[in-house]
Amino acid sequence: MSGAMGTSAPAILSAHRISKSFGDIPVLFSIDFDIRPGEVHAVIGENGAGKSTLIKILSGIEQPTSGTISFDGQTVTLPPNGAAEAMGIVLIHQEQNLAEHLTVADSIFLGREIKRYGFLNQAEMRRRAAEIMATLHVPVDPDARIGSLSVADKQMVEIAKAISRDARVLIMDEPTAVLSVGETQTLFEQIRRLTARGVAVIFISHKLDEIMELAERVTVLRDGQLIATIGTQALTPDSIAQMMVGRELSNLYPPKHEPDVDAPVVLRVRNLSAQGVNDISFDLRRGEILGFAGLIGSGRTAVAEAVVGLTGRSSGEIELNGKPVDFSQVSQSVDAGVAYMTKDRKGKGLLLNMGLQPNLTLLTLKKHLRAGFLDSASEARALERAVRRFDVRARDASVAVGRLSGGNQQKLMLGKTMESEPDIIIMDEPTRGIDVGTKQQIYHIIAALAAEGKSVIVISSEMQEVIGLSHRVVVMRQGRVAGVLEGAEITESEIMRYAAGIKQSGHDERISA
Amino acid sequence: MSASAPDMAAKPARGFRIDLKTAGPLVALALLVLLGIFLNENFLSYNNLTNVLARSSFIGIIAIGATFVITAGGLDLSVGSMAAVIAGVMIMVMNWLIPTMGIGWGVVLAGMAVGILVGGVAGVGNGLMITRGRIEAFIVTLGTMGIFRSLVTFLANGGTLSLNFQVADVYRPVYYDGLLGVPYPIIVFALVAIGGEIIMRRTAFGRYCAAIGSNEQVARYSSINVDNVRLLTYILQGVLVGVAVLLYVPRLGSASSTTGVLWELEAIAGVIIGGTTLKGGYGRVWGTVVGVVILGLIGNILNLQSLISPYLNGAFQGVIIILAVLLQRGRRR
Repeated sequence: MSGAMGTSAPAILSAHRISKSFGDIPVLFSIDFDIRPGEVHAVIGENGAGKSTLIKILSGIEQPTSGTISFDGQTVTLPPNGAAEAMGIVLIHQEQNLAEHLTVADSIFLGREIKRYGFLNQAEMRRRAAEIMATLHVPVDPDARIGSLSVADKQMVEIAKAISRDARVLIMDEPTAVLSVGETQTLFEQIRRLTARGVAVIFISHKLDEIMELAERVTVLRDGQLIATIGTQALTPDSIAQMMVGRELSNLYPPKHEPDVDAPVVLRVRNLSAQGVNDISFDLRRGEILGFAGLIGSGRTAVAEAVVGLTGRSSGEIELNGKPVDFSQVSQSVDAGVAYMTKDRKGKGLLLNMGLQPNLTLLTLKKHLRAGFLDSASEARALERAVRRFDVRARDASVAVGRLSGGNQQKLMLGKTMESEPDIIIMDEPTRGIDVGTKQQIYHIIAALAAEGKSVIVISSEMQEVIGLSHRVVVMRQGRVAGVLEGAEITESEIMRYAAGIKQSGHDERISA
Repeated sequence: MSASAPDMAAKPARGFRIDLKTAGPLVALALLVLLGIFLNENFLSYNNLTNVLARSSFIGIIAIGATFVITAGGLDLSVGSMAAVIAGVMIMVMNWLIPTMGIGWGVVLAGMAVGILVGGVAGVGNGLMITRGRIEAFIVTLGTMGIFRSLVTFLANGGTLSLNFQVADVYRPVYYDGLLGVPYPIIVFALVAIGGEIIMRRTAFGRYCAAIGSNEQVARYSSINVDNVRLLTYILQGVLVGVAVLLYVPRLGSASSTTGVLWELEAIAGVIIGGTTLKGGYGRVWGTVVGVVILGLIGNILNLQSLISPYLNGAFQGVIIILAVLLQRGRRR
């Protein structure tokens, strides 16, 4: 698809030979970038390639160390602190920047409230918010609190906010990372509507298929260098991936080694019910990778949290190695060898203001006590091991974890989880928002764990990932098990049928392997 | 960009640049001491220094407890009023025990035990309401601050509770005497500070406090019993208020509705000046000690000179608090 203004239009926003250093560490080297009205221009690269820095410079949040920015053909210095929004350059952050307690209408007009006689004109703001949401075909009540919305709806509110600001350049940092397939399609429709109106969209994503579908041009960054800016037609997902990583990417998924048919069942869950979970039963065998697929909000995380005792369960039995267990606290499940790795690494997984070492050992601090006191040498050894095993890259161990790239954060969190030496590992979205190179590493780690006799549950919204890794797949829908797939049945269309409710397996059928 | 594994555990050398964020309180303390020496030759005298430190030790011991509460993301506004109640109850219990136990150390020790017990119970109360009751710490301790304050006024019947003067004579040395010339309050302050620093740095409890204050969800997902750790910080705070009061009672031998007024704010100020972050997640006990001593020295120096009115003490303390936070904010990127 091509935008309203075509490819010959002059660039609305462009950057010439911009470089950026933080202190004495260079992160961008002489980058050229431009975007035309009505165009979707994707920026891709591995974590730490400099994408975030580039868009921060393009939206005025950071100033380049050298190089120039042009807007509408004029060389400009973009005002800092989001003031570039007034010029029509709007950045939608990766982490959504909405205040949970405000209403949808409040959020859309935050900072530019409509006033009458100096007082807020609530009715008018509500009316206009409803109008914008209607043009987006998003059925969200302008009076709803942000906190009550789904992640996808929050995303739409961000877009509505951008539209209400008459955005001319919309910069979206991984907008689909937390969206389901259907929600992503809705988002793409919105983006196409915007580009048809001449809005330029800079789109950052790790999902190559999305980029192929949506973008006209792709700019590939690697290690702060501009690798190429190419029209999407000239590309295949493989060639993009290769440019990102700088090496041939074969075997994204390791070969599957099915567990023996008579491998013992290590985790047996029967008729589990909890908040958002309805009568779930499944088995997990030794050495097995069990995928949990389903739409966002289908209750996969809720199952995991109920199993390990993070949330209470209202009924159901859980057996570990044949013995009934009842975890009411996470510490009990960790001691029993069942570890859960959250999907929310920034909110629930890592202490962003602390260094690598306290983060790594937080779950298992008791292992590092000597005569009741912390043994920091033992902690340092653990970090050294984990850094080597999981290839965590950081300038030094004292750097705050919040400043690591997403992929390194994820690997550190994996290290933290594995510190408890679990036999059963439940990984929730283990590759969310990380680059393809790191993904491959994590896939191989998961496969290696299974090969050495651990059992892994992988909850993922990326269908390819579930298919590429799992020996069996549990598909969830609305808090229930919609179906269990094995072997050749594990296909995208089959998972989708169960996830969307087109197909439904009978109760208890094929629950155990 | 990848450091090899063995290098990573070692911190890089930072050169000789003084990191204001870490050393700020120490630099401020050094400057104050130099100023004191410059203004009055008596500043460095044994009497003056022990006097300042002994007076600072009550707030200091309380502030060390507050360091844990604040590091774990909490707040305790009730400590000043709690101190008054503990002092009142201690005096009443000791007076009441005289007929049965007679005048002597027995009564004093019983009073001390009661003081620590009352502090611990008050801490349990605060802590349970905050953790099990899920009420915000600010609100709970604002409430108990009022309750404790009015309780001591009630116990004293609006006046002053005085310790039997014979018992007070027995008890007196606990504040006024010392070991090898160092007053007992300073010794206890030092011991509590060393113990506190060890607990904060070298125990799982200290690490858990910082983790909870940094992000409660992460702590919960890391199998930390958040409620119990929180509760313990309030109990520790209560017990340390008890310790501070049993050093304070022999100083005046009385308690009234004005005992311990504004101690909570002085304690919090000391914690903040010392570099602990008010919203939790990072705390250091030695910083709190320095912070409290800085506050004590400001008053002392103002009293030792004649250019500026000592009535401006509070203003100088206020300026120091704001400056401390400004300096510690550091250069953020």
